Amino acid sequence: MARAAILSYIKRNSLVHELTGTTKLIFFLAWSVASMITYDTRVLSGMLLISIVVFKVSKIRIRDISIVLGLAAVFLLMNNLFVYLFSPEYGVELYESRTVLLTIAGPYTITLQQLFYHLNMTMKVICVVPVALLFIACTDPSEFAASLAGIGISYRIGYSVSLALRYIPDVQREYHNISQAQQARGIDLSGKDKLFTRMKNSVAILLPLVLSSLNRIETVSNAMELRGFGRNKKRTWYVRRKMQRNDWLTIAFVLTVLIVDLVVTFWDGNRFYNPFV
Amino acid sequence: MASPVISFQDYGFQYMAQAEPTLRHINLDIYSGEKVLIAGTSGSGKSTIGNCINGLIPFAYPGKSTGKLLVDGKDAEQSSIFELSHTVGTVLQDTDGQFIGLTVGEDIAFAPENNCVPQDEMKQLVSRVAGLVDIDHHLEYAPHELSGGQKQRVSLAGVMVEDVKVLLFDEPLANLDPAAGRTTIELIDMVHERTGAAVLVIEHRLEDVLWRRMDRIVLMNEGGIVADMPVAKLLAGNLLLQHGIREPLYLTALRYAGVEIRETMHPEHVGSLVLGQEDKEKVRSWYHMLRTGIHSEQYGQELLRIENLKFGYTADKTTLQDVNFTIHKGEMVSVVGRNGAGKSTLAKLICGFEQPVSGSIYMDGRDLKGDTIKERAVRIGYVMQNPNQMISKPMIWDEVEMALLQSGMPKEERSRRVEETLKICGLYPFRNWPVSALSFGQKKRVTIASILVQRPQIIILDEPTAGQDYHHYTEIMDFLKELNGKGYTILMITHDMHLMLEYTRRAIVFSEGRMLADTTAAHVLNDPGLVEAANLKETSLYTLSLACGIDEPQVFTECFIGYEQKEVR
Repeated sequence: MARAAILSYIKRNSLVHELTGTTKLIFFLAWSVASMITYDTRVLSGMLLISIVVFKVSKIRIRDISIVLGLAAVFLLMNNLFVYLFSPEYGVELYESRTVLLTIAGPYTITLQQLFYHLNMTMKVICVVPVALLFIACTDPSEFAASLAGIGISYRIGYSVSLALRYIPDVQREYHNISQAQQARGIDLSGKDKLFTRMKNSVAILLPLVLSSLNRIETVSNAMELRGFGRNKKRTWYVRRKMQRNDWLTIAFVLTVLIVDLVVTFWDGNRFYNPFV
Repeated sequence: MASPVISFQDYGFQYMAQAEPTLRHINLDIYSGEKVLIAGTSGSGKSTIGNCINGLIPFAYPGKSTGKLLVDGKDAEQSSIFELSHTVGTVLQDTDGQFIGLTVGEDIAFAPENNCVPQDEMKQLVSRVAGLVDIDHHLEYAPHELSGGQKQRVSLAGVMVEDVKVLLFDEPLANLDPAAGRTTIELIDMVHERTGAAVLVIEHRLEDVLWRRMDRIVLMNEGGIVADMPVAKLLAGNLLLQHGIREPLYLTALRYAGVEIRETMHPEHVGSLVLGQEDKEKVRSWYHMLRTGIHSEQYGQELLRIENLKFGYTADKTTLQDVNFTIHKGEMVSVVGRNGAGKSTLAKLICGFEQPVSGSIYMDGRDLKGDTIKERAVRIGYVMQNPNQMISKPMIWDEVEMALLQSGMPKEERSRRVEETLKICGLYPFRNWPVSALSFGQKKRVTIASILVQRPQIIILDEPTAGQDYHHYTEIMDFLKELNGKGYTILMITHDMHLMLEYTRRAIVFSEGRMLADTTAAHVLNDPGLVEAANLKETSLYTLSLACGIDEPQVFTECFIGYEQKEVR
């Protein structure tokens, strides 16, 4: 099937691709921690800027990952909506001031403080998304398990994750085949039936899919054991690359960002940057 | 004599979940450098023997063993699957499933990685072993970029990298087309020569394995060894037939002609066969007796017509083109060609899973263009290769009823149809059984029943007998033949040449997305040009007939098939 996987490794020649998987993983983790901790608009703006630059450098194009970006946008929107619905006055509490811009109905008013809070929340997500996507799109899947092992995670876990990733296209293909054959037996999965019927129908595809996946797992685990997987506490890696100068520079850079982030954020004893008082 | 590298001594084994032992009183010695074939039907215990040697038993499949098994002089029970993997390298049946690495190089390196071999050393090792099986120019390739035969080379390299003393092949031919199967046997032979390891092949496709010399055959039945002897001796007797294994076709033909098979004839291979003048005369007179009886069959009116069909998954790559043929009512036709020739794509187009770029498909003279999958399904039934991919209800009755439920048919009508279909398929006594209680062959019947219940005019089957031993194969095919006799039109996609030859008169041949021929099944395999172009394999009947001085091998093959159908069944 020629259908591309939704999110997978995209081979290009770029500085980001040249970094080892371990470096990219450390970068991604440190970056996520940094953006999770802070609500400081100044720090977030800086990180956002860097994210965009890194994305440019990677030579990955927006349309390569447009589906995932779309999903992330929808998720972000929903998140904002629900935060507003459940606590429309949260920003007022945080920033200890209240500037009403518009009154909708009942408790729902739009305040400048709430909007500012939403802006910060959104920026946090936007900072992380490109870096997370780049980690997946620029890391050769072969190197994935090795990079997890590189930061001290057991190679068994690393290998299970990378095998799971690797079988996604296979399972997608199988799903496609099974669903075609089931449609030929009158099971309609297009939008014509009622939602409940459609849900019941999708079970008709999932059951065979699960059974055949279990079969696949048995074969793979036998094949792995027969070739000595799990014999030793450690293992070596055919594809692991040596850390280069750029790797160390990148790690030093992201740690600096993390430290600056912590210092700026907690300097005044508050995670939030407050321009209102 | 040196001590054996594998030695079973009054060995028995019982799986934890089973009431009866699967292996009983096995006494078998395998010596270094030997090449041994283990044959037997499914359920005979042949795969269990393999799993005992490589340590999957008891490591992955626990159970109780009796007697003794020594691998390289050590008691297998005392050692681990890891220790055994240094001595025994196993190539599993499923070449896709055992491809662990993401590229060829990584996959070959998998075992050394687990042994903590340093990276530089590992790279050298991988390139040396890859060279041994001629895959060293593909180290960067991903599995989906390789052909079935190439994947097998990778699997082989992946176990040879350990420098093992025994190479174990578990049904290496199961999913391969005939030409790829032949290459595999040649590859195994080459590796045997280059490494000197003992080679154990577990397989029921005897004629294909014997393409290269084997030292002896171990024949299994119901958990015991019924024969352990040189190939020629076993072929000369009739133990194979008694135990459900198909003997090579040329030997069957000789027996039909009244020729006695003797060890001295070198019956291992059709090329090595030595026939006396008297034997040849017997074959010729048998042939002349039958030749007069050949008649052509008449078929009904046109049912399915395909015109100038063209298709590609992407705009710049054509998967199928210039396809033209007509299927008549009541016909049973094979669609043959190597893996990836476009056979399955054709089925998908007919069923409406994919839309052609150009060309048309007519059913009863009406263009199917624009009909949905569901609309076509009422007239065209499609049965997938693996029944486990189709069955989605736990109970047989529900599974067969499913398509009718969807169509909103009233209850009485529905029950009547399901009952009738179950009777046709011989499943009526099992109607309230769970599907899980059935054998593979019976499951296949259930999937066919679940399609038949919609009363399609034509049934398309994808590899109906893939991976089945002779017994189940015959069971499935006789059933299809019976359905055909009841007036169902059947189109079979297959790369099994025996199947095509035995059960269908007509065959449509594909190669690289083009239709090469539309002719009689016997003609396909007796036209060396066609065999070559479609990457098929001529049958041994072809060679036999020429050896006996019969210059119409095609007619000889037809006579043979006709005789089998009339006299033997």
